[in-house]
Amino acid sequence: MKSSKRVFLRTLAGAAVFAAFSGAAFAQQTVKIGLLATLEGPFAAGGADGMRGAELAIKQRNGMAGGKKIVLVKASSDAKPDVAVNATRKLVEQDKVDIMVGPLSGGEGIAVKEYSKTQPNITFINGSSGAQATTLVNPSPNFFRFNTEGAQWMVGLGKAALDKGYKRVMLIAEDYAFPYSQVQGFMSEYCRLGGKVPVKAWVPLGGKDYASVIARIPKDVDALLVVLGGADAVNFLNQYEAAGGDKPIVGGSITVSQDILNYKGKRRDSLVGTIAGAPIADAYDHPDFKAFVSAYQKEYPVSSGAYPSPSLFALVYYINMKAALDGLDAVKGDLSGGQAKYRQALSKMTLKTPVGDVRLDANRQAIGTTFITEVVKDAQGNLFNRVLRKVDGIDQMLGMPKEQFKMGSRDEPSCP
Amino acid sequence: MSRIWKAFWILALALPLSVFLVWGIWHNAKLFFITLLNGLTLASLYFIVASGFTLVFGLMRNVNLAHGSLYLLGGYVGYFVGAKTGYFVLALAAGFVAAAFVGLLMQVAIFRFMQGQDLRQTMVTIGLSIVIADLLLWAIGAQVHQLSAPDGLAGPLRDIPLITAYSKYRMALLPVGIAIGVLLWLFLNRTRVGMMIRAGVDDRAMLAATGINVNLVFAATFAIGAGLAGLGGVIGAVELSMVPGEDVRLLLASLIVVIVGGMGSVVGAAVGATILGVAETYGLAYAPTYSVVFTFVILVLVLAFRPRGILGQAA
Repeated sequence: MKSSKRVFLRTLAGAAVFAAFSGAAFAQQTVKIGLLATLEGPFAAGGADGMRGAELAIKQRNGMAGGKKIVLVKASSDAKPDVAVNATRKLVEQDKVDIMVGPLSGGEGIAVKEYSKTQPNITFINGSSGAQATTLVNPSPNFFRFNTEGAQWMVGLGKAALDKGYKRVMLIAEDYAFPYSQVQGFMSEYCRLGGKVPVKAWVPLGGKDYASVIARIPKDVDALLVVLGGADAVNFLNQYEAAGGDKPIVGGSITVSQDILNYKGKRRDSLVGTIAGAPIADAYDHPDFKAFVSAYQKEYPVSSGAYPSPSLFALVYYINMKAALDGLDAVKGDLSGGQAKYRQALSKMTLKTPVGDVRLDANRQAIGTTFITEVVKDAQGNLFNRVLRKVDGIDQMLGMPKEQFKMGSRDEPSCP
Repeated sequence: MSRIWKAFWILALALPLSVFLVWGIWHNAKLFFITLLNGLTLASLYFIVASGFTLVFGLMRNVNLAHGSLYLLGGYVGYFVGAKTGYFVLALAAGFVAAAFVGLLMQVAIFRFMQGQDLRQTMVTIGLSIVIADLLLWAIGAQVHQLSAPDGLAGPLRDIPLITAYSKYRMALLPVGIAIGVLLWLFLNRTRVGMMIRAGVDDRAMLAATGINVNLVFAATFAIGAGLAGLGGVIGAVELSMVPGEDVRLLLASLIVVIVGGMGSVVGAAVGATILGVAETYGLAYAPTYSVVFTFVILVLVLAFRPRGILGQAA
């Protein structure tokens, strides 16, 4: 018993020494990047597309950045913060990645940002999570977000809704950080311009059964503001139609994204005319965006399970992964000194993305572009988003003075 | 427990419930009754899935934590058959048969060798559920799959007094759930095979001694239980859509239904499913933020006062 234990310990020590040496030798030619997205749970489809976007960024430079080979280590979560932290922890502590890209969902982002503070030598770059609090409250010095967040994505939508004649809307949104941000982005503008939101229904993420919420929709609202994502959005839209609902819908950024417009089942033509705010618009006709779309389509044909056009998740993961790689190029792969130079480069860089240039603010949060979109149907019967309006240079304060800005929550803003 | 205490607890439960009832109807009768209907129809789906679970778990003392995976499997098979052929009935049949077949395989190839070893069964079925879920993710992907309702049941049913419009498909869940419940009860209590199943659970050795092939009986039971999960999957694929992760949700719902209602009793599963479905929907309608809590409050109450479930009996 005793001797076997000793042998075991010796083997373990040997293995550790070996791992340390080989790891050191390895680190000279390669950079390990951890990639986290949700391949399970309510955002499973979006997570898969996010991974496609991130991998596309690596493939476009043949797996090299800053003169080093990129080794990608993937992990999955299910949109729950604790699961995301565990997956990140595994990537950082076990797989020893140098750079982390992820996670996908709002609550996860806040949790991973908190975890990043305990790993000061690793650089964390967001995946597609879009909760305001991630970079607004206690920002972490080594967490970077090159995508605009949920509230920024909704700037301009309040006005667009009023232009359509929606004076009163009922809110239906999932009850966690990302929808809070989206609703704040919409309502701060909508309420200021005189719109009313008499009823707010916060439903659990992944709740699936919306019959109760549909029953609560009052007769006297002009439209519904639906901030649901993934399977939740599909279920709500389907159940609302089956229950005889016919009010127009104002969508959150992931409510009418490609992953929802292309789910497997009957097409919901009732979605045509839905307006939404998002960092992506399928029909945006800038050459950079078109190039991105055709690269995506070439790499991931529809027959492989991808979408006809990249989803929000694919674009945003692409942007963040591109930032990670551009940063490596800028420092020629030099991650020494606790990655200080690398972070310096990230903070200062102006990132070229398919939807325009992105800069970071003092909290390492992106300042960028938002599209106001409308769902239309093309000749083949596919649904896609056309651009109604493009708003550039939106910062995290949404153009408000700092003292007026209040972060979104269940009750904030309010204009019943 | 003395009678006074019993009366006290019943009052403590019934009073707030009746206050809520009166207030709910007074406040907004339409919302109240739609929610009731929502609760009962959701309960119907829960019952169909959980009755299979209770059959296997309660009657055979076989802990099958891969029950949710069978739901997912049935749902996906139903989706593909339904989308290909366009016949909803075929989708239902295919979902049932596929899940029943996998259930049969599980019983014949695995559980037969670990009869009565609860912990081992639990571990093996957890493992199986993860493997099946990952295989499905690999084969089908993570996209949302939603089966269309059959033409006759698509869209809303209009001009119902008080609640004006209601989804036809959802309304149809109610009679389907009741029919399955009645058939299952008749099968277990009024047929020879049902008698064999019950006898086998009580005393396996004695049943074998009377010349009945016990393994065959148990395999058949397992197949039916699994098939019901598959059937529920097809029904759920229309109303709630199929996506990875649904397996865990329905497994949890089935567990709660069986714990609340009492193990091994079809009537218990019906009671449990009704309580869970109604509580969930009322929670979502009246206090959406806290809706998750209600389920667990019920679980706590039942475990505190009737640890074997509302209709459960001592083993």
